[in-house]
Amino acid sequence: MKKTNAPAGIQLSLTELPIGQDARVTAVVGNSGITRRLMEMGVVPGVDVRVIKAAPFGDPIEVRLRGYSLAMRRTEADAIEVTI
Amino acid sequence: MSQIVQTPSFTIALAGNPNAGKTTLFNLLTGLKQKVANYPGVTVERKEGPWRLRTGEANLIDLPGLYSLDATSLDEQIAREIITGELPSVPRPDAIVAVVDATNLERNLYLVTQLFEFGVPVVVALTMIDVFEKQQHEIDVEMFSALLKVPVVAVNAKSHRGIDELAEQVASVIGTVPEVPYEITANTDDDGSHAKIFARYNFISNAVQESTWHSDQKSHRVSDKIDRVLTHRFFGLVILVAILLVVFQTIFSWASLPMDLLEKGFGAFGDLVKAELPPGILADLIADGIIAGVGGVVVFLPQILLLFLFISLLEDSGYMSRAAFLLDKLMSRVGLHGKAFLPLISSFACAIPGIMATRTIESRRDRFATILIAPFMSCSARLPVYTLMIGAFFGGQYVFGFISIGALLMLIMYAIGIIAAIATAFVLKRTVLKAPPPPFLMELPPYRLPNLRTVFQNMLTRAWLFLKRAGTVILAISIILWALMYFPRAGSPPHEGGVTPASGDGVVLSSNQPLPESEQLKHSYAGMLGHTIEPVIEPLGFDWKIGVALIASFAAREVLVSTLSIIYNVGKDENEESETLIAAVRDAKDDNGKLTWTPLTALTLMVFFVLAMQCMSTLAVVRRETNSWIWPIFMLVYMTGFAYVAAFLTYQGGKLLGFG
Repeated sequence: MKKTNAPAGIQLSLTELPIGQDARVTAVVGNSGITRRLMEMGVVPGVDVRVIKAAPFGDPIEVRLRGYSLAMRRTEADAIEVTI
Repeated sequence: MSQIVQTPSFTIALAGNPNAGKTTLFNLLTGLKQKVANYPGVTVERKEGPWRLRTGEANLIDLPGLYSLDATSLDEQIAREIITGELPSVPRPDAIVAVVDATNLERNLYLVTQLFEFGVPVVVALTMIDVFEKQQHEIDVEMFSALLKVPVVAVNAKSHRGIDELAEQVASVIGTVPEVPYEITANTDDDGSHAKIFARYNFISNAVQESTWHSDQKSHRVSDKIDRVLTHRFFGLVILVAILLVVFQTIFSWASLPMDLLEKGFGAFGDLVKAELPPGILADLIADGIIAGVGGVVVFLPQILLLFLFISLLEDSGYMSRAAFLLDKLMSRVGLHGKAFLPLISSFACAIPGIMATRTIESRRDRFATILIAPFMSCSARLPVYTLMIGAFFGGQYVFGFISIGALLMLIMYAIGIIAAIATAFVLKRTVLKAPPPPFLMELPPYRLPNLRTVFQNMLTRAWLFLKRAGTVILAISIILWALMYFPRAGSPPHEGGVTPASGDGVVLSSNQPLPESEQLKHSYAGMLGHTIEPVIEPLGFDWKIGVALIASFAAREVLVSTLSIIYNVGKDENEESETLIAAVRDAKDDNGKLTWTPLTALTLMVFFVLAMQCMSTLAVVRRETNSWIWPIFMLVYMTGFAYVAAFLTYQGGKLLGFG
């Protein structure tokens, strides 16, 4: 969506985060099994994340956090709010 | 052979994240004496083996690979029940060895913090420490241990570093009560349990920060470089296709020699039995029923071994999750998970390992959908049937002068199977197995050189499970089928009101004269069944003889070839490439003296074989994997129904177009 880096301090969802941009998780929205699983995998508020790349057909995406790589679909990434 | 059976005095559970090196450690600790089975009633694999401690022998249970113990998946539920001692067949563990990957500390420790909360003493085994240190990180193991308030042992499976110390520490913690090193707020609602996750990660972040030093943040550099190529938008897909091609080419070419040898070996063994035993029912049962039946399935062992060798290599190196990452979008269009691609690809060799490989798919509905479509992939057991039909009716013919019709037909058969699978998945995911798109959260572990010991052990375990099935289910089915074709003995007086097959050829049966096998088959129960179903298969262009072969082929597809050679009285050589069988099929005449087979009949039979569920072993595996009879029966009915309709359309359509 955004071609240029978003200005610092702005809130966006992880799907909107440009590839290669560092950000910090502010919230994991929702209260479903997916939310819970995301948090168990370490996606909790305060953790630093970066989108590494997208798969050939644009989905899923590879996210780096806590020193490891997690692949998720964009529908899951939508629930993750980040700030730059 | 007196052996003192030692009952293990302790139960130790081995817990850890997937990709943490748990299996390698388990293999090292237990050696080759491990047992693999299923937990009762579920498909979660139960692996255990003996581990000698200072204080006595322990039974080491390898829990399934886990990220959490909150029981959202079946694996997690079982692991939780084992740790709490709720699973009746497993005693509550005296201690837990938590396997922690040093290169991925924070997320690995999450499971460990959960383990602390169960009141079972924990010892942390730190793996991948050599990789971690090579990446110029350092960890203060003592400090780490003090913060976690449990013993921490750095282990290395290759150099055996820390293995004795691990046993020592485990022996010393048994009987102690562990401390939870952080505060958990008392919560009841769901929101509160998110707070729990938060509290655990807070503790973890602090503990990791205090005990490790990073001189350089390049932990993923090598993997990232590899990934730049292997998950490239374009080259990633090209490489994936190339890898699959190499794998399948290898499976088919390397396996053919041992398969031939096995086939010949079983043949010779059968002949030997017939020569050594007094002629009669026992010799026939052993040679024609048991050896031929079980042998027909065991010949696939080389293919299964090779397939699992490649699966283990791809999985252990970390490539498998990349493949799922690359293909998830395509697979999700038909409603499947990215991880479904491998089981489906494996099914081209044999649906049985394919269905076994669906275990990696967490969502039950996704997994069942994958299981239900896997047998549409043209497996190697269909090849003899295709080969025979093509050899008999389409051999040496070309379109445009250079494209062999045989190769083209082969390709079409594979394509029909794939299209049927996609269509079925599409329908299933919108009806019986309707579910919201499942979450797709998958770790992409760093690339690693596969541990050969783990790879081979995995391969042998699969092979053993396959052989065990050949020795039980398939053995039973072979005997039943043999009996159907063997009884009643032609020549013995028919039972009162017994069915006399409508053979119409008026052969006078004398009780003392041995009959040709084809005569016997005609008058057997299988022959009667063939006549019974003749009206049903007649619209497909099949006569009762093909009917008998069809019935037999419901045990296993390739049985069609051997049954046809019995029916058509082709010598003793049941080799599908035998010119005589090809000739016999071409010249076969029905009871009215008309040629049984036309190219159209052959094509119809091939279409039927692509789609029909004719494999007892697959049904037995589906029964086990879904833990219900409903799914295998559903599979048998819908696939065979589908096959009948498609074969009907092929034959009648072909006749309308003037073929046949």
